[in-house]
Amino acid sequence: MSTARVTWVGGPVVRARPEAPFAMREAVRVGDLGLLGEVVRLEAGEIVVQVYEETTGLAPGATVEGSGAPLAVRLSPGLLGGTFDGLLRPLHLGDDPFVRPGAPAGATPPLAFTPTVRPGERLVAGHPFGEVAVGGRTVPALAPPRVAGEVVRVAAARAYQDDATVCTVRADAGDEVEVSLAHPWPVREPRPVAARLVADAPLITGQRIIDTFLPVARGASAAIPGGFGTGKTVMLESLAKGCDADVIVYVGCGERGNELAGLLAELPELEDPQSGRPLMERSVIIANTSNMPVAAREASIYTGVTVAEYFRDMGLSVAVMADSTSRWAEALREVSGRLGELPGEAGYPAYLSSRLADFYERAARVRTLAGTEGSVTLLGAVSPPSGDMEEPVVVHTRRYVRAVWVLDTERAHARFYPAIHPLTSYSEEAERLAPWWQAHGQPHWEQVRTRMLTLLEEERRLARMARILGAEALPPAQRLILVEARLVNEALLRQSAFSPVDGRCPPARQAAMVRVVARFLDLAEEALECGVEPETITALESYRRLLRMGEEVVGEAAFATLEEAVEQDFTRLGCPAGHGGGGEGGR
Amino acid sequence: MSRLPVVLSGGLARIDGPLLFLRRTAAAGYNEAVEVVGDDGRTRLGRVAAVDEERIVVELLESTTNLALATTRVRLMGEPLKLAVGPGMVGRTFNGVGKPIDGGPPVAAVEARRVDGLAIKPVARVAPSEFIETGITAIDLLDSLVRGQKLPIFSGGGLPHDRIAIDLLRHARLPAAGDDREGEGFAVCFAGIGIPHATAERFRRAMEASGGAARTTLFLNLASDPPAQRLLAPRVALTAAEYLAFTEHRHVLVILTDMTNYCEALREVSAGHGEIPARKGYPGYLYSDLASLYERAGRIRGVAGSITQLPILTMPGDDMSHPIPDLTGYITEGQIVLDRDLARRGLYPPVKVLPSLSRLMKDGTGDSFTHPDHPALATQLYASYARAVQARVLASVVGEEGVSEVDRAYLRFGDHFEREVVAQEGPRTLAESMTAGWAALRLLPREELHRLSGEQIAAHVGGDREVGK
Repeated sequence: MSTARVTWVGGPVVRARPEAPFAMREAVRVGDLGLLGEVVRLEAGEIVVQVYEETTGLAPGATVEGSGAPLAVRLSPGLLGGTFDGLLRPLHLGDDPFVRPGAPAGATPPLAFTPTVRPGERLVAGHPFGEVAVGGRTVPALAPPRVAGEVVRVAAARAYQDDATVCTVRADAGDEVEVSLAHPWPVREPRPVAARLVADAPLITGQRIIDTFLPVARGASAAIPGGFGTGKTVMLESLAKGCDADVIVYVGCGERGNELAGLLAELPELEDPQSGRPLMERSVIIANTSNMPVAAREASIYTGVTVAEYFRDMGLSVAVMADSTSRWAEALREVSGRLGELPGEAGYPAYLSSRLADFYERAARVRTLAGTEGSVTLLGAVSPPSGDMEEPVVVHTRRYVRAVWVLDTERAHARFYPAIHPLTSYSEEAERLAPWWQAHGQPHWEQVRTRMLTLLEEERRLARMARILGAEALPPAQRLILVEARLVNEALLRQSAFSPVDGRCPPARQAAMVRVVARFLDLAEEALECGVEPETITALESYRRLLRMGEEVVGEAAFATLEEAVEQDFTRLGCPAGHGGGGEGGR
Repeated sequence: MSRLPVVLSGGLARIDGPLLFLRRTAAAGYNEAVEVVGDDGRTRLGRVAAVDEERIVVELLESTTNLALATTRVRLMGEPLKLAVGPGMVGRTFNGVGKPIDGGPPVAAVEARRVDGLAIKPVARVAPSEFIETGITAIDLLDSLVRGQKLPIFSGGGLPHDRIAIDLLRHARLPAAGDDREGEGFAVCFAGIGIPHATAERFRRAMEASGGAARTTLFLNLASDPPAQRLLAPRVALTAAEYLAFTEHRHVLVILTDMTNYCEALREVSAGHGEIPARKGYPGYLYSDLASLYERAGRIRGVAGSITQLPILTMPGDDMSHPIPDLTGYITEGQIVLDRDLARRGLYPPVKVLPSLSRLMKDGTGDSFTHPDHPALATQLYASYARAVQARVLASVVGEEGVSEVDRAYLRFGDHFEREVVAQEGPRTLAESMTAGWAALRLLPREELHRLSGEQIAAHVGGDREVGK
């Protein structure tokens, strides 16, 4: 391996004089502690290294050792349930409560392996050669995407360390390749697939405002921009807990340690709604909090998506939550500044946009090399300075994602959560996902969705007028719109992330809630035609019950009772259902 | 990887602002501590800002006045800057670099801790929980502070943040510890960063008057001290706090005021280094730098004791989107915002409730920590007050007579809420704060209280007060 001598240290950027050639983006180890770094610039007689760890104490003369390969992470089925730093080094092993520079201590437990190939058989690149039991399920042990050939030897079924050779393959070129349960993969390179498929089913998140109003497809991407205090992290955590992906990769990138601690405490306690196992077993947490080294923050996003692709290649559906991509962009800016690169918009390097594209383009529904189907859905939080939705990271992110869930400061201040604004947010997937909802309890999904969003749009216009004239001055039809919009907001869009009943709202429950609200809207409009005042409608007992439905109504039977109560309330108003709609039929 | 200290004399090639350029005649590592002694015999603290094969660049944290190229001696400490800490620190007053300024003897050290601290692994953290009572209703009732949290106060020039700081210094306590208000369990580390002399004096007197000496440690960096020292003051205070929390197992409340002065100093030092500025001239790493302070709040698994932070900052031009409050808000777990209008109306504490937030409130309130109905009460007060503020906007256009009966109830509620719930005379217990909150809700029609359950309404708000019927 090539080596170099450090000539200059000033923070996370180090210059060194090479004694043998280095390659661009080559991973290196620096100094006695073996600090991890990456070559970011090459000149004749000098290399510039970005170090991913604290460089305190590093002095000129220290050695830089090349690895001969680009920055890579070790992918293993054993990652499930673990917590790692931005370079995928375990944080959950060892007793030291502090992050220290250098390789962390601790051994991973062995994994139970069962072979599925026999000597003499052909192993195709990316295909499984065995099975591994982790966290209550069995996942395939995959051959690395570039290893193929005839199986020479394969280990017997028992537990192995993930770096032990369990299969030996004679490659087509004739040399023998040893395969273990883990294999390295360069983080900046997307893993190969057989084909990219159309994303036509939603990722069910359990959040009504997303699933019913602003859905995201499995294998697509969405961004969550929002100023501080608007609930980005709570949102992402709810998605991590509630969404119906097989594996969750949660990247805490430059965010709060306490929040991650909260998540880490909660995941083992919560149950996966699909398997009934602890949620932690389907999760991989990548934690690079704001006080951990900045350069590793830059790598953590790629690390996260690489891990996601690895599990995707096992035929699983994976969702990545990145909190927050703005901190990643800032790390990019900081490192770029230290390298003396020409700054672009707001000091960000000119390549910010293409880096964002590189990241979001890794979201996909695919047919894997092994022939199975898997997907990676990317959900990225954006933290724009002073909530400015025109700043570079938000603007460029919008270009590459399929759905944008804008968190609204005003809603957050009124403690209206989730604070996703139904009108400034959008989803480009609605049309493509309509057939799915039609088959899952909402036959008129598109119409109902459009109707409710239109209602909210009208309310926005009327609320402005009501603020000037007073709501009393509006004609009854417009006052009713305010009443209806409030119902949609409070009963459907509002959802407490911490509620045991309503925190995660499955599709069937969403359908029931939408149905009863839509029915109420129909009846209210009919009643209005009969001359009933909007204030009489808000005084109905069932109106109040609908407003609190999220907390108080549980189960199919309860929704049926509620629907009945709605019907009865309107019957009592004296305008029987079905007789008011026609205009002349009413009074 | 520490080395033995080495003294260099006469190697100084250049002094430029706070930076000293030395010929490299001995080994020095990046970020290691340096002591610089001038002709006047005074020792100044510094650190290695960069090092190459020929020279060492030292950033001085104190004044370079009186230093000469020929006579300055530089001691390379061979390890990062450390603070000697011991139990004797409590009750004492120090300057921003940790030297006693109360006329007392040096502190008997039991260990030396890095002032930069080390990042706590997220897996080693215990999520903050358990309520801290501050005595301030707007915090305790509406945006509760939780052990291990960092909750800043966003203030402005001329607003009574100093008075709030003093009230906290006096009245903050752990209700779990019950009666031992002055007990061993609780401690306050107070860092004044770039504060005027008069303010420093006020804090010192407040500490003595309240008998807080048994639990309080003061670190005072005055406005007249060199700016680079301001970068050290909060780190020194936090290092002392970490010792008290994680070695002595106390629950430490760290009050840092004024963080705006800290950021100004950082901008000044960054400009001195010739770095490319980001927003408003602040360095691009302002977020990471602030995080290196704020993230030192927390609790560690298996270790008793905790660090809770209440940083105070003044928003330049009362602008919450200014980089300092903006980046702070992105790191901290909420914020308490002060309001000039309320202050002008003579209401104290002038907390602007709507933009204030405690993200961890749910982890320290309710059933097992405070009162089962506390969270619902807070949510309802928030929602009702938000509506009251809307009603005010309407009333300012159409006049109070022009608004509906319900909106008029909201107007009455809003005024009452500000005067009787947010504003207060002396410290309140949480129970007193809750009583005030329930009383305010009685001004509203019962059917407006959507965030309360029927039982909660029956138990605390009482009978129907239908309006307009």
